[in-house]
Amino acid sequence: MDSLNSLLDGFGTALTPMNLLWAAIGVLLGTAIGVLPGIGPAMAVALLLPVTYGLDPTGAFIMFAGIYYGAMFGGSTTSILLNTPGESAAVVAAIEGNPMAKAGRGAQALAAAAGGHFAGGMIGTILLVVLAPTVASLAVDIGAPDYFAIMVLAFIAVTSVLGSSRIRGLASLLIGLTLGLVGLDQMTGQQRLTYGVLQLADGIDVVIVAVGLFAIGEALWVAAHLRRSTGEAIPVGRPWLGRDDIRRTWRPWLRGPVIGFPFGAIPAGGAEIPTFLSYVTEKRLSRHKDQFGKGAIEGVAGPESAASASAAGTLVSMLTLGLPTTAVAAVMLAAFQQYGIQPGPLLFEREPDLVWGLIASLFVGMVLLLALNLPLAPVWAKLLRIPRPYLYAGILFFAAVGAYAVGGEALDLVILLIIGLIGFGMRRYGLPVLPAVIGVILGPAAEQQLRRALQISDGSVTGLVDTPFSVAVYAVIVLLLAWPGIRRLVITRRRPTAGA
Amino acid sequence: MNSETGTPGTSGTPRRPETPQGPEAARAPEPPRQPANPQAPRATTASTASPALEASQTPPAPRGSWLSEHSELGVGLLLLVLGVLVLTDALTMNVDITQRGPVGPRTVPVVVGIGLLVVAVLLTLDILRGGRGEAEGGEDIDLSGPADWRTVLLLAGVFLANAVLIGPLGFPVSGALLFWGSAYALGSRHYDRDPLIAAALSLVTYFVFDNLLGVPLPGGPLMGVL
Repeated sequence: MDSLNSLLDGFGTALTPMNLLWAAIGVLLGTAIGVLPGIGPAMAVALLLPVTYGLDPTGAFIMFAGIYYGAMFGGSTTSILLNTPGESAAVVAAIEGNPMAKAGRGAQALAAAAGGHFAGGMIGTILLVVLAPTVASLAVDIGAPDYFAIMVLAFIAVTSVLGSSRIRGLASLLIGLTLGLVGLDQMTGQQRLTYGVLQLADGIDVVIVAVGLFAIGEALWVAAHLRRSTGEAIPVGRPWLGRDDIRRTWRPWLRGPVIGFPFGAIPAGGAEIPTFLSYVTEKRLSRHKDQFGKGAIEGVAGPESAASASAAGTLVSMLTLGLPTTAVAAVMLAAFQQYGIQPGPLLFEREPDLVWGLIASLFVGMVLLLALNLPLAPVWAKLLRIPRPYLYAGILFFAAVGAYAVGGEALDLVILLIIGLIGFGMRRYGLPVLPAVIGVILGPAAEQQLRRALQISDGSVTGLVDTPFSVAVYAVIVLLLAWPGIRRLVITRRRPTAGA
Repeated sequence: MNSETGTPGTSGTPRRPETPQGPEAARAPEPPRQPANPQAPRATTASTASPALEASQTPPAPRGSWLSEHSELGVGLLLLVLGVLVLTDALTMNVDITQRGPVGPRTVPVVVGIGLLVVAVLLTLDILRGGRGEAEGGEDIDLSGPADWRTVLLLAGVFLANAVLIGPLGFPVSGALLFWGSAYALGSRHYDRDPLIAAALSLVTYFVFDNLLGVPLPGGPLMGVL
């Protein structure tokens, strides 16, 4: 009941003409940038960060909400019409969506995707409204050791759940932690890794790291291997669904969030796993199994809904615990830090206007997304034909704008380029980028919590495990670390029984 | 995409150590002048014409290129160097006066430094055992050919030039140069259209950020005149 009232207040904030305008601009910009080939949601949000610098926090985050959902929808448009997904969450959309587009049903595929995003986003956000205050009030009492445990969990999860090689994930995490060490020590003012450079004393801004790794690194990497003949985008008309299509899509739309939301809330790699699970589920449940692989509309509707709901799930852990579970959430956390706001259990008490305005604007953004993007789909499809030199030159251009806008320092541009070159090397040698970004963002916070916890316990390491919560989190960590071994055991044990 | 987009001059190719390698080497030196031309037929003609066809079917790892096959070892080396830097920085820190509480500013850097050293060793072992990091694919990425270092260096140079020029020339000029230079490096050769787009993009961005969004960018002498 209480959260319902807060939500109504939130709508009061979100529906002011100015904030409505920011939400609309956010949705349009997010979709436009997200549609551009090669730009995933994380890069879109990172590139669009400077646009919000001049706004007040509430307006900025309302715009962000629009950018986030817009960029996700834009990404699936690209996969459906171009068959080359820029980010892992949109891979599944291409499996069925692109054959549909090739068969002249691109409009229906886009409509199924848009409907999926709408349904998944709505259900996901309702779950967010219900769950987030509860989680936040449960988490209000947790202390430094618990926070430290959660952050260790985030580190372990991003390095061992994602990607194919744990050691490379760990290498990426350590690079991020090292970048996070640069600057003055928060507690003692001791200089670390600054080598006497004055501008480094404040540390390397998280935005510069995110833009460098996501945008510059990607642009340089693509430049080194630019495909000289780009794929043909399939032209498309205004999306619509026939009665038969709706009969086939509404159940997948509703099933998607059940799979997507929980996976978004835990650090398990965002939308990658739930979209795939949703696809498999829809395939199993469908009456048109023979169409799968050749353009089954259920295979677009379900996964897209799951992806959108997982984005809402991501916000639960991001807002209530300050724990980013995806690259986009990591960049958004950086944006919060930019305004001096620390997401966490106290956020709901300290900044109710901002949080509930943000949540209400998620609903508003979803409606805008549907209202704006369905008629504009043919325009978005045209964006796919942008000449690649302009596209990547534009990415470099706006990355430079963003990094310069952070502090007005030309040195930041040099640091941006160096981090971009690191991002280039990471792409070349298969080091995942996300652990590095999480390391930069959570590293300093984790150190602070660790030192606080040990100060309380007077240096005794048992101070890190003296609450039931932290013990539970460490148990999960052990399980995560032991998982490959457990799975191997289970598989070898199951094989003989399956043979018999 | 315009028609002259190849890799002009392909200065990168002669530097490749393993030149006699069948289809790949036969294809690399000639830039695809007409992107519309399908790649597949050309590749097959090249390989049938190549006397080194049999050689190309054996595992493509000649002994001479051991280092380039194991270039990932450089990542291990970098991590090692980084670890040593972090550790020396932490251990040379003067913490006597500033330390409060049982954990000083040194502890975490020491942990991170040791972690870097351990991961460097483990990664090196993994590479020597045959483990390989998988290069990232993507929409506009073609991993079949060698890396085009010339473009990457040009882009890095253009980007650095922007960092140097943004102060004296102001953002509208340096930003336009950044966009045009990057588009040029990436293969765009429209001498009429490119500078116009660059100038327009840069000016519009400047006005939108500086006036509408309240994010200050340096105007430079040009904006003093206007």
